Amino acid sequence: MEKLSIALGKIVQSATRLRGGGGSALPGLVVERSNPDFLKNTLSKLKHGLIVVSGTNGKTTTTKVVSELLAKQGLRVFTNKTGSNFVRGVISEILANIKLNGKFDYDIAVLELDEAHAVKFCEVCPIDYALILNVQRDQLDRFGEIDHTAALLQKVADHARRAVVLNREDPRVRKIKSQHVYYFGLSDQLIQAFPSDDNLLDANQRHASKLSAHCVLESLDGQTAQYKINRHSYQCQLSLKGIYNAYNAAAALALCRVVMPELAPAKLVADLADINSAFGRGESFQINGSEVELLLVKNPSAFQLSLNSFVDRKHDYMIAINDNVADGRDVSWLWNVDFSKLQHVEVVSGIRATDMALRLKYDTCSVDTVEEDLARALKVFAHSSDKPKRIFATYTAMLEIRKIISGKSIL
Amino acid sequence: MSDLTILHLYPKEMNLYGDHGNILALKRRAEWRGYQVKVIEHHLGDTIPKHVDIVFGGGGQDSGQSKIEQDLRNNAAHIKELIDQGTPGLVVCGLYQLFGEYFQTNDQQKIQGIGALRCHTIAGPTRLIGNIVISSPEFGEIVGYENHSGLTQLAKDSRPFGTVVQGAGNNGTDLTEGILYKNFIGTYLHGPILPKNPRVADFLILKALQRKDPSIKRLKALNDNVELHAHSVAANRPR
Repeated sequence: MEKLSIALGKIVQSATRLRGGGGSALPGLVVERSNPDFLKNTLSKLKHGLIVVSGTNGKTTTTKVVSELLAKQGLRVFTNKTGSNFVRGVISEILANIKLNGKFDYDIAVLELDEAHAVKFCEVCPIDYALILNVQRDQLDRFGEIDHTAALLQKVADHARRAVVLNREDPRVRKIKSQHVYYFGLSDQLIQAFPSDDNLLDANQRHASKLSAHCVLESLDGQTAQYKINRHSYQCQLSLKGIYNAYNAAAALALCRVVMPELAPAKLVADLADINSAFGRGESFQINGSEVELLLVKNPSAFQLSLNSFVDRKHDYMIAINDNVADGRDVSWLWNVDFSKLQHVEVVSGIRATDMALRLKYDTCSVDTVEEDLARALKVFAHSSDKPKRIFATYTAMLEIRKIISGKSIL
Repeated sequence: MSDLTILHLYPKEMNLYGDHGNILALKRRAEWRGYQVKVIEHHLGDTIPKHVDIVFGGGGQDSGQSKIEQDLRNNAAHIKELIDQGTPGLVVCGLYQLFGEYFQTNDQQKIQGIGALRCHTIAGPTRLIGNIVISSPEFGEIVGYENHSGLTQLAKDSRPFGTVVQGAGNNGTDLTEGILYKNFIGTYLHGPILPKNPRVADFLILKALQRKDPSIKRLKALNDNVELHAHSVAANRPR
């Protein structure tokens, strides 16, 4: 049965690929129907278990950092690529990597799942560890209230057989209960840079939680991050950009320590050095001879963190806002972000460029060009000045920008 | 002394859908005309000052709403008096519901509102979510985004804020949206509503100024190109 469904799934997979479709869900569907236990049978055999990474912001980068850190410790790591973070997508990903005889040569699986899909996943496949990053408002038109999202994550934690790793600085995540809980955290000094969902526009002094943490991000000076593990401090020159990615790395370090307690912290921290952020999370490319960083902003807290991390006078800025279903139809969230630090933006673009221009007007931030069409906007932006450039973009705007740039249609 | 005092009710608990933008729209549009503006944030346990010129309150999660219910009841008499006297103001979504007579939950419980607005709300089976366009004789076309499950019924003699052109509005059946009582507006429209509907913002500012100085007939015109462009884009987006 097992082998038959693998063969069947693989046939469907090659057939859909031949037809030129990426088609990641169909082979998964075929296997799911013909062999409902496929996922469970494959993933529960892994020697070091199955990890689920969930939360509102930072899943993709954190999953990447965890996977690469574990690989550097000699484990064979299975992970899901972005865009296949639902049950059928994971099955399809397995199909592409499993042998016809059912051999699945991995020691551990690290899966990125959004809150709703994570719950569905846990219902069909037992998980060993859950890493929960944060609960912030994101696409309220899809998930409803954030308290509801927090309840979903509690369910995921309930399914974790070995341990859960939680962000102690997030009031909703901190409340999640489980038998074996470990935390990651921030120092008092750094927590000011992180707006929690309840105080996006609130300047009140915040303090780090007193819960004992498995890994704390103590400081970040340029690219030099200092992590505290077991009362010792370890420094690392990060490739990851932005303070939130340095904090995602703290989450990854805490999790790796839980999964492999025998690892020496010094080596683990040192192994972070050459790990990069995921696609669209600070990746750089060239247009018209100047460097451009592309930063995904999909909700107010991510946008605020990005502005806190990435705004200075040395760069030109473009903001691209779409309101497709994957971005969230509702653009109200732009008003929960404080843009006053920007002062000036060269180009705003995307389907809701005018909403962004309006938002900036009320933070008395000036805008040179409002151009809804992304290709034309990029062309204008490419010639804005000699300064290096930064683009903040919502999800579908980011995909579109990437496509335009890789097609080099603007050069 | 400031020319306009805006009371912002429960900015911490009721801030789900960019409601800060409504305060910002009132503040900037008054300042751009040379008026001084003071925003008083009302938090749980604070005392509401006797004189305020504009009242604003936004929407929140269920947990936020249950936190503020008692405090709101403590201040009900004062708020009702302000509204009855003609103080202009705007309440959106959650506070719109609580400014009405009552909210009946799915398990038939009645949560008393403050009864400042003649309407009541009954929990509905599904969420009404999406872009919404309404029209009103005073304000013309109004655009916003709605996301609510409560179904609001206006009392017989109450006036809606507008008539639904696209979307659900108060209850998805009678084509009414919101309520307009004297100079006070209750609505489900966020987006937030005021930046993209400057006429509504200016109505609140003008009424507030006129109550202090009846000789003021109109507000100085502003360049609203960006506002009106964003308005027309929003009006043409799919639900």
